[in-house]
Amino acid sequence: MNKKRSLLERDGVLTIITSVLCVILGLLVGFLAVLIINPQGAFGAITGVVENFFAYSSSRLRIYNFGSTLAKTAPLIMCSLSVLFAYKVGLFNIGAAGQYALGAGAAIYSAYCLQLPWYVCLLLGILVGGISGALGGILKAFCNVNVVISGIMLNWISLYGVNVLLKPAMDPSGKDTFRLLKKAKDSVLPNIGLDKLFENNKYVGLAIPLAIVMAVIIWIILDKTKLGYELKATGNNPNAAKYCGMKENRNIIMTMFVAGALASMGGAMFYLTDVEQWNVNASAVPGMGFNGIAAAFLGGLNPIGCIFSSYFITHITVGGLNVDLKIYSAQVSDFITAVIIYFCGFVLFFKSVIIGNVKRRTERKVKALAEAEAKKGGTKA
Amino acid sequence: MEKPYAIEMLNITKRFPGIIANDNITLQLRKGEIHALLGENGAGKSTLMSVLFGLYQPEEGVIKKDGQVVKINDPNDANRLGIGMVHQHFKLVECFSVLDNIILGVEPNKAGFLQKDEARKKVVSLSEKYGLQVDPDAIIEDISVGMQQRTEILKMLYRENEILIFDEPTAVLTPQEIEELMQIMKGLAKEGKSILFISHKLNEIMEVADRCSVLRKGKYIGTVDIANTTKEELSRMMVGRDVEFVVPKDPANPKDVVLDVQGMTVASKLHHNNAVKNVSFKVRRGEIVCIAGIDGNGQTELVYGISGLEPLKGGKIELLGHDITKAPIRKRLLQGMGHIPEDRHKHGLVLDYSLENNMVLQRYFEPEFTTKAGFLRKDNIRKYAEGLIEKFDVRSGQGPITPARAMSGGNQQKAIVAREIDRRPELLIAVQPTRGLDVGAIEFIHKQIVNHRDSGHAVLLVSLELEEVMSLSDRILVMYEGEIVGELDPKKTTVEELGLYMAGAKRTEVKA
Repeated sequence: MNKKRSLLERDGVLTIITSVLCVILGLLVGFLAVLIINPQGAFGAITGVVENFFAYSSSRLRIYNFGSTLAKTAPLIMCSLSVLFAYKVGLFNIGAAGQYALGAGAAIYSAYCLQLPWYVCLLLGILVGGISGALGGILKAFCNVNVVISGIMLNWISLYGVNVLLKPAMDPSGKDTFRLLKKAKDSVLPNIGLDKLFENNKYVGLAIPLAIVMAVIIWIILDKTKLGYELKATGNNPNAAKYCGMKENRNIIMTMFVAGALASMGGAMFYLTDVEQWNVNASAVPGMGFNGIAAAFLGGLNPIGCIFSSYFITHITVGGLNVDLKIYSAQVSDFITAVIIYFCGFVLFFKSVIIGNVKRRTERKVKALAEAEAKKGGTKA
Repeated sequence: MEKPYAIEMLNITKRFPGIIANDNITLQLRKGEIHALLGENGAGKSTLMSVLFGLYQPEEGVIKKDGQVVKINDPNDANRLGIGMVHQHFKLVECFSVLDNIILGVEPNKAGFLQKDEARKKVVSLSEKYGLQVDPDAIIEDISVGMQQRTEILKMLYRENEILIFDEPTAVLTPQEIEELMQIMKGLAKEGKSILFISHKLNEIMEVADRCSVLRKGKYIGTVDIANTTKEELSRMMVGRDVEFVVPKDPANPKDVVLDVQGMTVASKLHHNNAVKNVSFKVRRGEIVCIAGIDGNGQTELVYGISGLEPLKGGKIELLGHDITKAPIRKRLLQGMGHIPEDRHKHGLVLDYSLENNMVLQRYFEPEFTTKAGFLRKDNIRKYAEGLIEKFDVRSGQGPITPARAMSGGNQQKAIVAREIDRRPELLIAVQPTRGLDVGAIEFIHKQIVNHRDSGHAVLLVSLELEEVMSLSDRILVMYEGEIVGELDPKKTTVEELGLYMAGAKRTEVKA
């Protein structure tokens, strides 16, 4: 037992290795795909995606755009935490996208239409998504409706509900809502001085540290607390949870509330930094929730890992804008990032392959050791 | 003349990091014999079988089929050599029919279209030939465990396997089904099939086997002819010491009432009637009351009702004078109920949790294991789990951090028994507490239960094993079709009389 374990047998190391492997494989396949579409600009396209803000010539622009990438990472961290939290409890929160939309909708509405201060907007956003998540949880707990089914349906209900809600907040010059920095300055999340670090990038602010803090909190809850113990037990075996007196229905509902709240906090956060505005005619559920699934798995289903995986996915998504539109159609950049994100889902697969390899290797080692010993003590036996 | 060997495993050695699972083991199975493989939990039986199926490659030793050395790299090789196995936990597709399960993997087809008629004919003729009664069109989840097992046997026969391995086949069966299985096995051997019967139930080995090989802690102890041996001899070979089959215990000294059940009625989940009908009884301090009966006569629901897993339809339950009829489960547990559940995988364990986390499943919220702020005290959990592991001899690969899923069934059961008994509950409900355990472990758990009684607690035991019922209980209540049909004194009754009550042929009025 006190034998030192090989580095590869340590779970954390393994997760990092597999995640990096997935990224490399994704880039490779993405490269092959653009190579097939048009070999001319393939190398430029893929390096553009990977480089993101490094592609800019001046250091000022690089730092500024690094800040923007970080600003877009924060909501993805929240969505991946949402997916991860539910997943650890045995539920698949595909409704993160809808909860994200609800958070965004509630935040923008209370900002523009009600002119509420930012912290109230954020809280309302969190609450609405939490309730939506809990609704899925209630359906699961009392009617045994699969959360994937209710989640997908709630996604659409949420999307169109938010579109209707935000009609009055629409800027008539376009399809998007008004810029909050212009119309509701008090509702925008404070920069807490972080903008100064990123060449006065006004989108860099509270959202980023807040998302990281949330990741740490989720990690602590799941790993260190009685609540986490109960929730994971309920997720792994609801019957055993009931047998030992846990309130499994309450646990399911609470989990979904927290998961929903996390995703909608991401939505509220993002739109309250005013990086983007809500498209009131949107007919597709925001991809953020779905990317959250990829980020959660790429992060090895570890809350801290999610911070890095979310950053990576945002990095290549923003980097997609570097793809030369003279060579490729506008969708190609989305396509490349999608391929890479797709391969991020292979983390668990790679993990099992590596574990199998390590096992075989140690078995061989043990055998060799035993043979050596047998030779030494051959006369004794 | 001795029959030739069908399969031989000669001098097999298989090592794992830290342990030698099989140390120079030899197992020779003759054609047409029933050969028992006996050993405690963790003696290396499963590893040996995994070697035979090519799941592990042995470091030393050879396998011979009909005298020829063969190399078995994976289960497909084993299958080609005619080796088949009925696993302890069946490998059946629950929502498929019996016939579909039998042909699964070797479906007769023409251009991809199933030819089920042909398969059905073959299955029907096989089931008639060997007396394996099944309904080919029944869905697995609707049929009894016995019929599921017959389906597994037919699966092997359909594949024309010559060497049939039964891995603890009786662990899940009722006494009647066990009797049937014994007959089936004898019939198969008579038809020339070679049977390897893995078990630690000595009575069954004595009844059905021709020879028996014994393993202990990874080592080969020997092979004996059943005709020239005794139960005591076999158990000594298996455990390495003499085993007491009957738990020594003083007469019961019942004191005040701990559990008082009045007119309890519980609805059935499977059928539109009541599984438990107006049942009343009391359990006192210092006595072991046993609910006996054939599986499926309402014992499961009775326990669900008392433990709170199912709501009552009628009646009243009192624990130590408190009405707990509608109390939530946690409250019942805190008021002094302990529960060793019937199904360890369904209720007893969180399989993906480590052993230590499972050890505190009933106590994780206590101040010893959780701070006021709601953080787990992991050091205390580790210490507590290590204590229980030591005290109850729970064996596992990595100690407290072993995932429960990776432990053997017997050790999983020991972990649950350890957890429940260590809480010193006023009322211990033990449902088949020794299911799937070897004699050594059974002896140990029986002693623990008797100790628990002697220290002034009440025990409600539910068991399907007549031997356990007769040797452990102070009072027997027989359940038949959801009712208590008789109260018997184990000292004054016989197994035959008990059997009559269990079969519903006899009943007397019972007053609580």
